[in-house]
Amino acid sequence: MHLGFSLCIVLIATLSVLPGDTGRSGGAGILVVTSWILSVVEWFGQFGIFGKRVLKATFSAPFEGREFLRQLDNIGSQSLPLVALAGAAIGVVLGLQTRDSLTRFGAKSLLPSVIIYSLIKEMGPIVTGLIVSGRVGAGIGAELGSMKVTEQIDAMVVSGVNPYKFLASTRILACIVALPLLTLVADAAGVLMGWLASTLAEPISLRLFLNAGLNGVAFSDLLPPTLKTCIFGLIIGAVSSYQGMQSHGGTAGVGRSATSAVVLSSLFLILADVFMVRLIIVFFN
Amino acid sequence: MQNTDNPLPIAIAQLSKSFGAQTVLEGIDLTISRGQTVSLIGRSGTGKSVLLRLLVGLDQPDSGSIRIDGEEITALDMDQLNKIRQKLGFLFQQSALYDSLTLAENVEFPLKRQRKLSPPERKQKVQQLLASVGLERDLDKFPSEISGGMKKRAGLARALALDPAIVFFDEPTSGLDPITAAEIGQLITELGKKRSMTSVVATHDMHSVRCFSDRAVLLDRGKVLIDGSFDDLQKSKDPFVVQFLNDAT
Repeated sequence: MHLGFSLCIVLIATLSVLPGDTGRSGGAGILVVTSWILSVVEWFGQFGIFGKRVLKATFSAPFEGREFLRQLDNIGSQSLPLVALAGAAIGVVLGLQTRDSLTRFGAKSLLPSVIIYSLIKEMGPIVTGLIVSGRVGAGIGAELGSMKVTEQIDAMVVSGVNPYKFLASTRILACIVALPLLTLVADAAGVLMGWLASTLAEPISLRLFLNAGLNGVAFSDLLPPTLKTCIFGLIIGAVSSYQGMQSHGGTAGVGRSATSAVVLSSLFLILADVFMVRLIIVFFN
Repeated sequence: MQNTDNPLPIAIAQLSKSFGAQTVLEGIDLTISRGQTVSLIGRSGTGKSVLLRLLVGLDQPDSGSIRIDGEEITALDMDQLNKIRQKLGFLFQQSALYDSLTLAENVEFPLKRQRKLSPPERKQKVQQLLASVGLERDLDKFPSEISGGMKKRAGLARALALDPAIVFFDEPTSGLDPITAAEIGQLITELGKKRSMTSVVATHDMHSVRCFSDRAVLLDRGKVLIDGSFDDLQKSKDPFVVQFLNDAT
């Protein structure tokens, strides 16, 4: 049921960013809906072809190692301050909000566990995914869109260089590798700031906070939620690269690519999260 | 009939291309001999740039045949096309230099991936190429730091990086002042002769056509209206040709 609801949301959002004729009214409504549905089907079809080309390019030599590292730096290390800040903010908010709720129910001693569990199991991964989707998705969409409309991608093709390998594959792989690492940073920043917020209200040593919070936490509580962000990375990299490389219509087209890259990757990410949380519960709990 | 031992560098037969309901090229037949410089002229939107894009496989025709050095390219996959593309160079209308790379890195880009050269050999080749277009002092500049004319020169150096046998030029002098346009035209001719290249130039610049082209092909409404020397064009009594030449010169 949750999955169906999420699918509806994604479908509506996809429709909203895909081109369609909105100028008609009244009796032409059915035509508009049909046109939108066809746009969505076309989008998924084209995206499938793009995915196949990228997959083929990724596993065929030569490998663009240097470009991959450059993208890893751009996507990973340059997103680090923002992700750490977001993680820290979530930690503080969790510390302040849950203290009040837990005190009401007489379970204040569970505060460290609630903060740490919430962060590593859901808040850290999803917040990191959405932050990276906003920062990196827009960047990839705009950069590749700009390269497309200024014929730089065509120049690459004419040089005999496969743009699916050089541009898309390197960015997608960098997103897949960077997301789990950034998630760990967000988790750590969140826990630290969660402790700081708690200790300001009622002093508690970091060691005691961690001991209380990590008591009963298994490796399987950390690993699956962290590794699921690889899928988030795949979604962000693939959707943003596709939207960028499909860009057309000059600078306005670049703007549309950047916007749709963020909107679509964020929504697919949320949908994938619903799906993967269910899978993790089934297989790891 | 083509000689199979020494095929024509470019042979086009019955080439057609449409975008939606708009027919851009309709049954184009054209052959270009080795070492020739052929100018494609015509009004804006007559399909000159589209024809160039079809010749390098950036777009697929609706029907017809394109042979590069005797090899049919319309049915090739990307890997096979990439082998053919190593014989081709392309100067884009807006130069299409990679924004994030310096001029030297732009020229080095195809060399690094398509030629097995050591780093010092590659560096030397890049310097030679940029020196041949007069940019030997601008190796470390980014495209955003140079003028339109310099961008065209850098684009030309990159187009020549793989020592192509055939080079396509899409509006090489557009947006340039007359002096710079003449310099670029002169440069294309000199480099073409020095390297014995076959060149196809899509242009509106009738001065370049008159001075540097062996042949001019006038396109109108997706068809070849006239194919001959500049003198043939001037002698034509066709009202469109007369009007086009009058307006262009």
